[in-house]
Amino acid sequence: MSSLTAYLVRRLSLALPTLLGVTLVVFVMVRLIPGDPARVIAGLTASDEEVTRMRSELGLDRPIAAQYAIFLGRLVRGDLGLSAVTRAPVIEEVATRMRPTGLLALCSIVLATLVGLTAGIVSATQQYSVWDYLVMTVALFGVSIPVFWLGIMLMLVFSVYLRWLPAGGYGGAGHFVLPTIALAAFSIAIIARMTRSSLLETFNQDYVRTARAKGVREPAVILRHALKNALIPIITVIGLQFGALLGGAILTETTFAWPGLGRLLVNAISSRDYPVVQGIVLTFAIIFTAVNLVVDVLYAYVDPRIHYG
Amino acid sequence: MSTPASTTVKWIPEITVRPRLGVLRRLRRHRTAVVGLVILAGFVLAAAAVPLVSPYDPNEADFDQVLLRPSAAHPFGTDQLGRDLLTRVALGARVSFLIGILAVGLSAAIGVPAGLVSGYRGGTFDIAAQRLVDIGLAFPGFLLALTLIAILGVGVTNVVVSVGLATAPVYVRLVRGVALSVRSQVYIEAARALGAPESRIIARHVLPNCLPPVIVQSTLQLGTAILTAAGLGFLGLGVRPPTPEWGTMLGEGQTYLFSSWYIATFPGLAIFLAVMAFNLLGDGLRDALDPRMGLG
Repeated sequence: MSSLTAYLVRRLSLALPTLLGVTLVVFVMVRLIPGDPARVIAGLTASDEEVTRMRSELGLDRPIAAQYAIFLGRLVRGDLGLSAVTRAPVIEEVATRMRPTGLLALCSIVLATLVGLTAGIVSATQQYSVWDYLVMTVALFGVSIPVFWLGIMLMLVFSVYLRWLPAGGYGGAGHFVLPTIALAAFSIAIIARMTRSSLLETFNQDYVRTARAKGVREPAVILRHALKNALIPIITVIGLQFGALLGGAILTETTFAWPGLGRLLVNAISSRDYPVVQGIVLTFAIIFTAVNLVVDVLYAYVDPRIHYG
Repeated sequence: MSTPASTTVKWIPEITVRPRLGVLRRLRRHRTAVVGLVILAGFVLAAAAVPLVSPYDPNEADFDQVLLRPSAAHPFGTDQLGRDLLTRVALGARVSFLIGILAVGLSAAIGVPAGLVSGYRGGTFDIAAQRLVDIGLAFPGFLLALTLIAILGVGVTNVVVSVGLATAPVYVRLVRGVALSVRSQVYIEAARALGAPESRIIARHVLPNCLPPVIVQSTLQLGTAILTAAGLGFLGLGVRPPTPEWGTMLGEGQTYLFSSWYIATFPGLAIFLAVMAFNLLGDGLRDALDPRMGLG
């Protein structure tokens, strides 16, 4: 077994207990929501008998530990229960909403990486220039601006006044532009800052000076020698941004009436549809944990100096 | 602005605790930090003065004055219930800053002691605390706050508790890291050899080393907490109306975006400026407290 495989196994064995803990926390949290779920699901007009029947149907009359065991058993088989509102399987609702959220997150992370990296490189290679100050000021705005306000302001300019782009909804490429920009802004700023500081650090390294002394041309020095070494913390930050994106997606989707998981979650909270809340929170946590795992492994793969024995 | 903002401050503890005077002087010379302080002072002034001099009741509906454009009488316009937006945005500063300060206080009150014991003592407590932190950090921050508010229900107290609990893991990680690296220092060993009790070592030797990063993190966290609370308000899961809260006002304003741009614009601008001010101040404090990083 290579050291990388061994590391992978060890990292996985750490992630699994965390995920188990996540399921326990979500299970407990959702059961703390005030109100009797059996009564909610049975409906307002249900008799006490019907509510009792619903309670045993849902397994809510069993001890809490048994309920958790049943919940876990179903979860492993991909069964997240039924929506209290639509009575459709939660897993189906989650699956249909996964695509819009996934596409939005993917577009945003791609945009954030492209723009953030470029801006960071410009900033670092021309430190203390007008461009550097411009990038850093915009980056400051990016980390401070509320994603929903940016979304609304973009909507105001490009949908209400200029009428160039739709103000919300889901469909063609035009629908993607504003939500993607709004959601990516924070990550663009973080990636640009990280790229700048990481690059500036490598510029002081001996190997960069050596490359320059050998007469390597400047673009090659920056891209092949400096950036390649600066990339490791940048990759970590990009990975971490994925979590911020998932959180931001909840707000972006609500702003732009985007039919994704985030908006479904907000609606489910309002209508007290607790199986759906539970399903989405779990989905987000599992995706986030998985992405962190991939980033860690990528980190080990990219940096040959680190031995994970 | 020379250093990247990240959710956790990376910190190498200093061996000696340096006098505070130098920190203040360095902070005053830090241009961006001064800008942050000026913006914050503006908010404090507005929150204190505007409600006193404003002729309008912030919460009373006036159906003769509905959705008025910005004018001399109403510089920010009026909302769908005819309330003066400038008065409400200024009062909103009280609500948002209060929520931010209390939430960060709660976060630190849980996270700092837990991190200290976790890092200094290690052992079973450390393992248990770290697994809990892992679980907490397995949720995107905003999602955790959102789930907690869904359970607790809306209201100022519940927003504070949700946002505070959601960010506590960050403090545990941060303080634990510093405590771990301080633990093996010679002066700790000396204190232990002299027979100082563990509680005294933690309070007198480990804690002071953790304070600079905790102060920087808390300043940045104030911005994040205000942002998170505003996000909850925007989704209709913040404070109860008619309490003027920026996120809630913004959420209500989106409904009227096509006819009345100003309702959503000004509360959002306030959130943006407040968060930026805390970010500027936090970055400045980081540079001032850690002279090795140089002035920005």
